[in-house]
Amino acid sequence: MEEFRQEEITSALIRLIRKKKEALGRPVRLMEVCGTHTMTVYRYGLKPLLEEAGVDLLAGPGCPVCITPDDYHEIIIDLLTKRPKTIVATFGDMTRVPTAKGSLQTAVPAPFSRLKIIYSPVEALDLAQENPDCEVIFFGAGFETTIPSIAFTVKEARARGLKNFSLLAACWLIPPPLRAILESGEVAIDGFLYPGHVSTIIGSKPYRFIAEEFKIPGAITGFEPNDVLLGINSVLDQMLEVRPEVAIEYRRVVSASGNPRALALMAEVFEVKDAFWRGLGLIPQSGLGLKKEYHEFDTLKRFSLQLSPSEKSFNPGCRCGLVLRGLLRPPECPLFGRLCRPESPYGPCMVSYEGACLIHFKYGQKWS
Amino acid sequence: MCLGIPAKIVAIEDGNLGKADYLGTRVKVNLSLLDEVKVGDWVIIHAGFAISRLDEAEAQETLSLLREIAAANKDEYSS
Amino acid sequence: MELTRKNLISLELGSGGQLMRDFISRHIVPNFDNSILRELLDASHLPGGLAFTTDSYVVDPIFFPGGDIGSLSVNGTVNDLVVSGARPEFISLALIIEEGLAWDDLERILASISRAAAEAGVHIVTGDTKVVRRGQADKIYINTSGVGRIIARPNLEAVVPGDNLIVTGPVGEHSLAILIARGDFGFEASVKSDCAPLTFLLPLWQREVRWMRDITRGGLATILCELAEKLPYSILIEEKKIPLSPPVQAVSEFLGIDPLYLACEGRAAILAPASRSEEILAYLQAHPLGREAAIIGQIEDRIGRAGELLLRTKTGGLRLLEPLTTELLPRIC
Repeated sequence: MEEFRQEEITSALIRLIRKKKEALGRPVRLMEVCGTHTMTVYRYGLKPLLEEAGVDLLAGPGCPVCITPDDYHEIIIDLLTKRPKTIVATFGDMTRVPTAKGSLQTAVPAPFSRLKIIYSPVEALDLAQENPDCEVIFFGAGFETTIPSIAFTVKEARARGLKNFSLLAACWLIPPPLRAILESGEVAIDGFLYPGHVSTIIGSKPYRFIAEEFKIPGAITGFEPNDVLLGINSVLDQMLEVRPEVAIEYRRVVSASGNPRALALMAEVFEVKDAFWRGLGLIPQSGLGLKKEYHEFDTLKRFSLQLSPSEKSFNPGCRCGLVLRGLLRPPECPLFGRLCRPESPYGPCMVSYEGACLIHFKYGQKWS
Repeated sequence: MCLGIPAKIVAIEDGNLGKADYLGTRVKVNLSLLDEVKVGDWVIIHAGFAISRLDEAEAQETLSLLREIAAANKDEYSS
Repeated sequence: MELTRKNLISLELGSGGQLMRDFISRHIVPNFDNSILRELLDASHLPGGLAFTTDSYVVDPIFFPGGDIGSLSVNGTVNDLVVSGARPEFISLALIIEEGLAWDDLERILASISRAAAEAGVHIVTGDTKVVRRGQADKIYINTSGVGRIIARPNLEAVVPGDNLIVTGPVGEHSLAILIARGDFGFEASVKSDCAPLTFLLPLWQREVRWMRDITRGGLATILCELAEKLPYSILIEEKKIPLSPPVQAVSEFLGIDPLYLACEGRAAILAPASRSEEILAYLQAHPLGREAAIIGQIEDRIGRAGELLLRTKTGGLRLLEPLTTELLPRIC
């Protein structure tokens, strides 16, 4: 299946893109929502090729580490540093986000407490079973790709009768911020590349409003370099034929109806609520919270805590919010590469492996 | 946000657990999000869960499309 | 990045990343300042022709495929001497044992130390044993110090553009063996730690090698960044030339980590003049521990800026590599 990466095919697809852009007669600006797409575009050298062909790609809000507000992190840091016999389990990038209380990575745990980086949410359940005298708190962040596995984990916690496990959910839905970005009218977008793996779960329907209400084309796209170029080609076709829709260009994995089983699991455990996104503010019906039946597994309820999210970053001058809305490119941020570098990040876009700034820093700089 | 790896199911254990093979390395995978997964199926694995099957017929179609595009858009300066 | 939070030492300080480097430059060197320490070599060169090094081993788990804390403690120290231009001769062995460690485990570790010492041609000549209460150490910690006779000095002054960088084998296998032995993430792969003595590299000091470094914490990228920082040139390495075994590749992709930052315990990077590279490569490839040695790049003065480490990616792009900042993390989303 190496055709998905083959350079010869990449060149041919770029040529095709250039022809279509020329037929359109103007430069094209697309938003690729998902951090993993940003990574593919930079890592395989597609960015300069696309720029040459007249297609400008903007990074979007598809980075869960980047959009989780600071107060979530601060609650977890407090629990880890002040509560003995507490194990905080989370995914890697989450631990390096800088906040007013430092980062999880450099926090000194309370006696007999520790931080455990996990790859799969269910590992937190094993931790709870193996450490019955500790409270295990799973700081679970993600979009729809990950949310079903987090939902499964909560259900399984009940099935196993665990009394020492809870979840601080930082679960976000992808379509609502896209609506928010379009409704704000801040940035002109000709088309979207929709995230391929989120779409295996939600299917194509949730994006239809973009084609129908806003008349903007889009394609659900895979992650190999040639997948990305196929997606771009599809969007250009839609533009040329003035036929905005939600095309599926990752058919080997995505179906229009998504994954019903995963969706049912999500609906069983979570309910949709309004949520605050870093940089984007309050977005209606864009986050998930545990349903009442599962409140025994809610970290906030268990420890009587409350979130007090605000848009402000603890670091004044941090412009991650602008980057996430497509208003600022990483190198345009005055802090980029100077005050804000991978070893001393000012904000989460420079922390997350899916963050536009870190990706640009690692892969996008030019050398003479 | 979408890091998902294609891998082949090589074993199914009790309950909804299985093992998948990727480049010769085996990984535990939870199959609860899919129906009736069989040994030999290709799946996309994300955070230790199989989130979708990989449809071989669709994959082949996309591959043919790619090859067609390559043939139709050759560089005029190459052979 | 601050070193401590509320005046407490965080785990991050020991990770070998930026925090540790800052710690050494801001607290260790100024506190004990002398010309020998300031060189910050892996093994210090003492007046009189001896080299001296020390290392502590706290690896978890203590047994892993391809090695254990015992063989690690010998090879790690031996290798620091070898890459600093010294023939390792004598090792000290200090054990800090947690009450309750199984006698069988201790015997196994001692036997492993004995075998590793024999293979590396060194003698354990002095040591110490302490036992602490259950819970006050994690099974066993080992410190080894090593003394060797200097046979060469790394010579960075002689480096010129065109000098080649060679690695002695595939990178990252030790890190992967540990990950798998810990049972984290549910991986199974037949990978063994690359833990091994690098004494077979000693003759290369006679073949005009400029510099050598064992690829430990921080991985290949970090040690080459540290080299670049000392040079008035840049270093360019080619992604497609870096040897990587399939299990390391697979797990790196699964976890979204970069294998260039994974530690080894028996691989070295060597800087040699272009005129000597083929011959050095042939020598390495003829040795069981160097079969997959490869030339991966060279010193540059036309690309990038002085002090930079650049990677030419498989698709022909250029990437600036930075040293490891914090412990490697798996990403998912």
